[in-house]
Amino acid sequence: MSRQEAVLATPEIDETTRRGGDGATDRRGRRLLRCWLLESRAEFLKVVRMPAYAIPTILFPAMFYILFGLSFGAGQQAGSVSMSTYLLATYGAFGVLGAALFGFGVGVAIERGQGWMLLKRASPMPVGVYFAAKMVMALLMSIVIVALLTGLGLAFGDVPFEPATLAGLAGMLLIGALPFCAFGLLLGIFLGPNSAPAVVNLIYLPMAFASGMWIPLPALPEFFQRLAPYLPAYHYSQLALGTIGADDSRPALLHVAALCVFVVLCLLGAAWAWRRDEDRTYG
Amino acid sequence: MRRIPNERGFAAELESASKRYGDVVALDAVDLQLRHGQTTAILGANGAGKTTTVKLLLGLIRPSSGTVRLYGDDPTRPRVRTRTGSMMQISSLPATLRVVELIDLWRSYYPAPLDRGEVVELAGLSGLERRLYGKLSGGQQQRVCFALALSGDPDLLFLDEPTVGLDVETRRNFWAQIRRLVEQGKTIVLTTHYLEEADALSDRIVVLHEGSICADGTPHQIKSAAASRRIRCVTRVRVDEALAIAGVRQAYHDKAVLEILAAEAEPVVRELLARDPGLSQLEITGAGIEDAFLDLTGSQRREDAA
Repeated sequence: MSRQEAVLATPEIDETTRRGGDGATDRRGRRLLRCWLLESRAEFLKVVRMPAYAIPTILFPAMFYILFGLSFGAGQQAGSVSMSTYLLATYGAFGVLGAALFGFGVGVAIERGQGWMLLKRASPMPVGVYFAAKMVMALLMSIVIVALLTGLGLAFGDVPFEPATLAGLAGMLLIGALPFCAFGLLLGIFLGPNSAPAVVNLIYLPMAFASGMWIPLPALPEFFQRLAPYLPAYHYSQLALGTIGADDSRPALLHVAALCVFVVLCLLGAAWAWRRDEDRTYG
Repeated sequence: MRRIPNERGFAAELESASKRYGDVVALDAVDLQLRHGQTTAILGANGAGKTTTVKLLLGLIRPSSGTVRLYGDDPTRPRVRTRTGSMMQISSLPATLRVVELIDLWRSYYPAPLDRGEVVELAGLSGLERRLYGKLSGGQQQRVCFALALSGDPDLLFLDEPTVGLDVETRRNFWAQIRRLVEQGKTIVLTTHYLEEADALSDRIVVLHEGSICADGTPHQIKSAAASRRIRCVTRVRVDEALAIAGVRQAYHDKAVLEILAAEAEPVVRELLARDPGLSQLEITGAGIEDAFLDLTGSQRREDAA
């Protein structure tokens, strides 16, 4: 149906658009912004009032960093930097990856199984706003994780206090949340509401390990060193390591290109899964 | 004073719409047109196709065949959805959000929502605004769902079993709230298994059975059909003779037994006895609404098979 016909068929709803001009666009923009703010606030309040779901996502990387980076890694070197600095980058990446896959992916998958999501889908809620709000939450969680790990590294490890370097690392870690939110989106729409947490763990933990996020890649068996370049998490952790001068010899542009391809594939997959999901009912 | 919207076309229509899930036919070539400002109750047992009908109209599922239109448009389009509000059977709202937070969120989805205070007042939630959804009673939670349905000031409201599980008093209060919306000229689609509820609220009752419409009429018509008596007996009187008796709606054989549905039992029994004094095993029972329509469709099937 053309736009013209649609307007004729639904005489009232588009009065704002027909009255025309920039005013209507402004109003629509303001409405979307307000909707996004309220949706993000709702997500935030849900997490704050029921932190049981969010706490493991935040404490898991911190616990690993304390064990491997600060206890076992104390006094050791990883290439040109101290082990605790190297692992700050990789466990930071591990934490952000978790926030994107769990906060975003598992969150969306579980909500798809609830009547709440069905009600939202029947409403005129702009779908993009819903996902954008989930992304805001994943970013907020990532900020908490990165800040916590950096604090731990500075207080108890050999992480040198170089604000510019640390800011660069934090920035890269947070930007890295975006491609994995796309992955979270795909998993969130593709996976079943009940199986999602288990499946996401099966992807998350092995991929993080094989990408050198737990133990520096050069210390892993050769098999993993050959496998790593095919894993998006490897490219992400290499970009993070690049900010502290501890990456391997591959060019940064390769990592960026690999992640861009990954994002496109995830979004295409998510669009396909979304259409497939339209006809399903859960519960 | 009831306001009837002055609009052309239908608010919603199904045109030989079917929905199949694998081998299961949830809805079988249903034609249904809903006029503006009309309150329609869709009545039927579990699995009759009520929720499937509502989901099709809401654009949550697509028909396997046939068409579904909402205000002349495809119901999956967001612009059409700004004209509808809905209340679903199972909508576990987030327990950790407050009533006003939920209402404000929902209002933000619509271009011209009602004021928050008006929504709270219409849904009878005054005094509960700051409460967490999870801390409310079942009836109060239902009212929050109702509040969300009307928060966007929609023209068309879908209420899927809105009073299921509520006590009598809460249900009656709810009916009063729905009537206020009817007076405002809203088009309402209500699913229910209670004839009493359909009668109290609607101008039109559509009875679904196994995915097909088996009756469609005013509450008065449906009620009188539902108030039928069922007469069973073993007799020489033939089906076509029985059908000729005044007041007989349906007649058919159930093995050796002649089964008759009639408005009133006594005149029919008198007539039967006059024609066949040897009539035996006479049984008269009341037919509830479902019985009445199950029999209706059952007899059609038997005729089809014959």
